[in-house]
Amino acid sequence: MRIVALVLKRLAWLAPTLAGLVAIVFFISRVIPADPVALLAGETASRAQIELLRQKLGLDQPLIVQLAQYYKQLLSGDLGTSLFTTRPVWEDLSARLPATIELTVAAMLVSVVLGIPLGVVAALNRNNFVDHLLRVVTVAGLAVASFWLALLLQLLFAMDLRWLPLQARITGFPPPAITGFYVVDALIEGNFTRLGNVLAHLTLPALTLAFPALATVVRFTRAGVLETLQRSFVTYQRAMGIPAGLIVWKYVLRNSLVSTVTQIGLLFGILLAGAVVIETVFQWPGIGAYAFEAILQSDYPGVMGFTVYAGFVFGVVNLIVDVGHAVLDPREAAA
Amino acid sequence: MKTARDVLAKLLRDPAAALGLVIIIALVLAALLAPVLATHPEAVWDMNPRQRLLPPSETYLFGTDRMGADIYSRTLFGARITLVIAIVAVGAALVIGVPIGLVSGWRRNWFGEALMRVSDIFLAVPQIVLAIAIAQTLGPSIENIILALSVTYWPWFTRLVHAEVRALKNETFIEAAIALGVPTWRIILTHVLPNVMSPIIVRTSIGMGFTILTASALGFLGLSAPPPAPEWGRMISESREFLPEAWWYALAPGLAIFLVVMGFNLLGDGLRDVLDPRIRRAAGGR
Repeated sequence: MRIVALVLKRLAWLAPTLAGLVAIVFFISRVIPADPVALLAGETASRAQIELLRQKLGLDQPLIVQLAQYYKQLLSGDLGTSLFTTRPVWEDLSARLPATIELTVAAMLVSVVLGIPLGVVAALNRNNFVDHLLRVVTVAGLAVASFWLALLLQLLFAMDLRWLPLQARITGFPPPAITGFYVVDALIEGNFTRLGNVLAHLTLPALTLAFPALATVVRFTRAGVLETLQRSFVTYQRAMGIPAGLIVWKYVLRNSLVSTVTQIGLLFGILLAGAVVIETVFQWPGIGAYAFEAILQSDYPGVMGFTVYAGFVFGVVNLIVDVGHAVLDPREAAA
Repeated sequence: MKTARDVLAKLLRDPAAALGLVIIIALVLAALLAPVLATHPEAVWDMNPRQRLLPPSETYLFGTDRMGADIYSRTLFGARITLVIAIVAVGAALVIGVPIGLVSGWRRNWFGEALMRVSDIFLAVPQIVLAIAIAQTLGPSIENIILALSVTYWPWFTRLVHAEVRALKNETFIEAAIALGVPTWRIILTHVLPNVMSPIIVRTSIGMGFTILTASALGFLGLSAPPPAPEWGRMISESREFLPEAWWYALAPGLAIFLVVMGFNLLGDGLRDVLDPRIRRAAGGR
């Protein structure tokens, strides 16, 4: 099976990349600071506690031995213990991952569902008013600071008009935890009041997060459609008298989406990075807000654990996107 | 390679690119002339409890903040921080990234491969994630933000230059130079580098915008210059305590970030059209 071979190839590539990332984080956390143990122990630790931790971590050992130990520790799923929550960082982050995934997927849906038609419309109206208007929107989408946009939307829709909730994932009790995704859990429960509540909370953060990704999708779709329109099969179909709408929305779109789909991995990068900041503004209890809490509390193990964890999630998401892409477009698997 | 005057003339004919250029010139002027342009230059770092949280007026164009400082004046001085961070960080990323890309693109052996794998690792996580780790380790300051941003941005230049050099190496004029026995360092400096300058310039402009966005996000997270420095991201972060009453608080710094990033993006797009017609306008967001 070609797909299996591809998965194995990508896994073989992912492992050394993650190992390299861990080495970089190790360097940042253990080599750069003057006294890494003091950072790991936190500001309130006593001298005796610091010495105990120094021995426990083996920081008197040569660096290469320490790095090996760090790998061993990570392989057993130990990202360190948060100074703030006093729980293992791995558990904290895993409990919060569904919130981040839910937000990211919602933003992804918004950007793709709105972005692709808008991109086609821009291409069909090339260089007239509609195209220029959409260009202004996409330029703005890539230039606006997401946390500022978030504040403006909160100010307007939550504080002034009071149409949407200001922050958090839900008011009242969450749905019974089955998948951890509130939208899915509320659907399974069949409680539509709660579902409405969850969706209302999801709207503002998802829209804010989607804005830059939407701009990217519009730009790529526009360029893809313009390029495909030049191809000879379009001229042929026109000559055959196939309705223009059918040509564009069926044949041209399908051919131009390849480059857009390729960008989904890149989009996830933009979205995950954006989530760190957006979650903070909306008090969205995902891994990004956790990272911000850890920064505020000088929770050093929390920040470093987050870095490794985010790298891991990002690598796995990219792997899934690559494989999905290969399934959709078999030519890719051969490459 | 076109002359600088040609490029400028073509840029000015493209309204979007011209607008970008105007915004960037305005940013530089604002940073240089901040003490002159500011209406309350003395109130940027001081406390004036009596003037606390005043709405916009003729005296205070964008209102005052929680310390009673004029937000308009603070935003002007903030342009200095933004500009220094962006120029030094992107400059350092250029100095690290371009030579590595040249070497790894030219030498297609294990050494070149190893260099590319290292840059892949940096690209495997969103830039802001690694930058957070570095900035948190080093402590909040402008210098550390610059370090965090340059250490995480150089792989973008390496990638770009690597791909360009690899394509260029198969060109006849390079093969001819090799056959004539021209020293490698000389081929790279006089034949390869000038031919990869265009994409580097385009990437630099877009990279400036992207770096300013990331830097302000780090400021928003509390990792940039500590208060009372008028850092735009931190100013927006501070405003959250006083919403919705002080609706004007985040207006000026947010608009400033928006305009400046848009300026660099528009200029980058325009430069791409002028310098590098092969690359489609839509490509590349970062």
